[in-house]
Amino acid sequence: MRDGQIYAGGAPALPGILPLLAEGLVFQAGGRRLIDIERLRIAAGGTTIVLGPNGAGKSLLLRLLHGLIAPDAGRLAWAGRPADAATRKLQAMVFQRPVLLRRSVAANIDYALKAHGEPRAERAARVAQALEHGGLAGMARQPARTLSGGEQQRLALVRALAVEPAVLFLDEPTASLDPAATAAIERLVSEAARNGTKIIMVTHDIGQARRLGDEVVFLHRGRVVEHSDATAFFQDPGSREARAFIAGELVL
Amino acid sequence: MQNFADPFSLAFRLILSGDAELLTIVLLSLRVSLTAVFIAALIGMPLGAALAVGRFAGREAAIVLVNALMGLPPVVVGLCVYLLLSNAGPLGVLQLLYTPTAMIIAQVVLVTPIIAALSRQVVEDLNGEYAEQLRSLGVSRAASVPTLLWDGRFSLMTALLAGFGRAIAEVGAVIIVGGNINHVTRVMTTTIALETSKGNLALALALGIILVTIAICVNAAVGMLRGGARQVVHA
Ligand SMILES: Nc1ncnc2c1ncn2[C@@H]1O[C@H](COP(=O)(O)OP(=O)(O)O)[C@@H](O)[C@H]1O
Ligand SMILES: [Mg+2]
Repeated sequence: MRDGQIYAGGAPALPGILPLLAEGLVFQAGGRRLIDIERLRIAAGGTTIVLGPNGAGKSLLLRLLHGLIAPDAGRLAWAGRPADAATRKLQAMVFQRPVLLRRSVAANIDYALKAHGEPRAERAARVAQALEHGGLAGMARQPARTLSGGEQQRLALVRALAVEPAVLFLDEPTASLDPAATAAIERLVSEAARNGTKIIMVTHDIGQARRLGDEVVFLHRGRVVEHSDATAFFQDPGSREARAFIAGELVL
Repeated sequence: MQNFADPFSLAFRLILSGDAELLTIVLLSLRVSLTAVFIAALIGMPLGAALAVGRFAGREAAIVLVNALMGLPPVVVGLCVYLLLSNAGPLGVLQLLYTPTAMIIAQVVLVTPIIAALSRQVVEDLNGEYAEQLRSLGVSRAASVPTLLWDGRFSLMTALLAGFGRAIAEVGAVIIVGGNINHVTRVMTTTIALETSKGNLALALALGIILVTIAICVNAAVGMLRGGARQVVHA
């Protein structure tokens, strides 16, 4: 794939934690192999979309890659080295249902910056910048949990971006949002991608995958059935399951 | 035989006139129980949080134990603290028996399991929601304890109030280790017990009215905290 490609217009040099390589990755529960991936290599640059029907294991895969859960077998390597504190510090994740702290909007961002080890003197300015970025400046002091669904997800997204991650994981961030709120999230995500953040995003919205994706990982029953360029994937999917999925059939 | 209404009117007169003896007793009660709850919170909340997020051998057993200790009978706690503090006991040299300090110690023993058990529940629920997000932000399980305690502050406040309600209303522990000494260790509950048996119903009733008022206020505060927390948290 497109190894080492630096994105046009990418502002900062990409910190070198990519490519991400998963080998022999297995996660099982209740005697079932929920994830079973021989090899998956995600290169630097652009947006990788993880597609697949409900229950395919998309969320599990993301949590495994991000290091939130440990695999039963297999290895992860970031630029050839196992995950450690340094690689973790360069990743962030936005969950399907935003997890906001029971504090003000501004305090949510400040918390993330503090946890990331940003010096106190710099935090106020960066909080203001992130709020501005997310169109949340007018709500800085409001309790985060009183925001609307779209605003909550926008806050979760700019909070994740505030620490300037090299890799951003997103798990169906717009699954429960209306079109306007979805558009706002997509705008922020593609802007981040343009600025050089590697996006790895789960969706089961094919339109969204077309709009944002540079490449697609198609997951079915815990296996990577297809991993290809987005254009190629949508024009000529190589597997029966992906063809059916794109055609809008029910893939079980 | 005196009129049944008499003690009531006397009681109200005592309260309204700000009777000095009454005031001393009420203030000592508040001092003992508030101090005990404060100390119990310092022990019980981190303990509860540790039980909620920790992964260590014996965690399950510790949770069962703390939950069981919530129901400790006050007289038994009083007896144990008495044995500890009496002249023959291991802490006898401190000469604490029959002092307010002894009463505080007994109530700390009584209240700490309540605060620990309720805090564990609160923190565990919150951790279920926060854990992966906090790991993602780079916050370790140990480091997440202050976050969980702070974000659970409304629910934890109800744990403190539950502990305070228990402390201010118990009589068994403080009467054993305090001895109900006039002007030294007499609190509301012990005075009510004593004065009732002596037939001095006015003072007993006045204290009873104050105690009930405090209990109602505590419960109202719990209810308001729940409502307020719901607004902030779930709106
Ligand atoms: N901790 C777990 N224990 C048992 N089964 C799980 C666990 N987590 C997820 N699963 C199951 O694994 C499958 C994949 O889940 P998930 O990754 O959430 O799918 P999706 O592709 O919809 O995100 C589902 O069948 C789900 O029920
Ligand atoms: Mg999912």
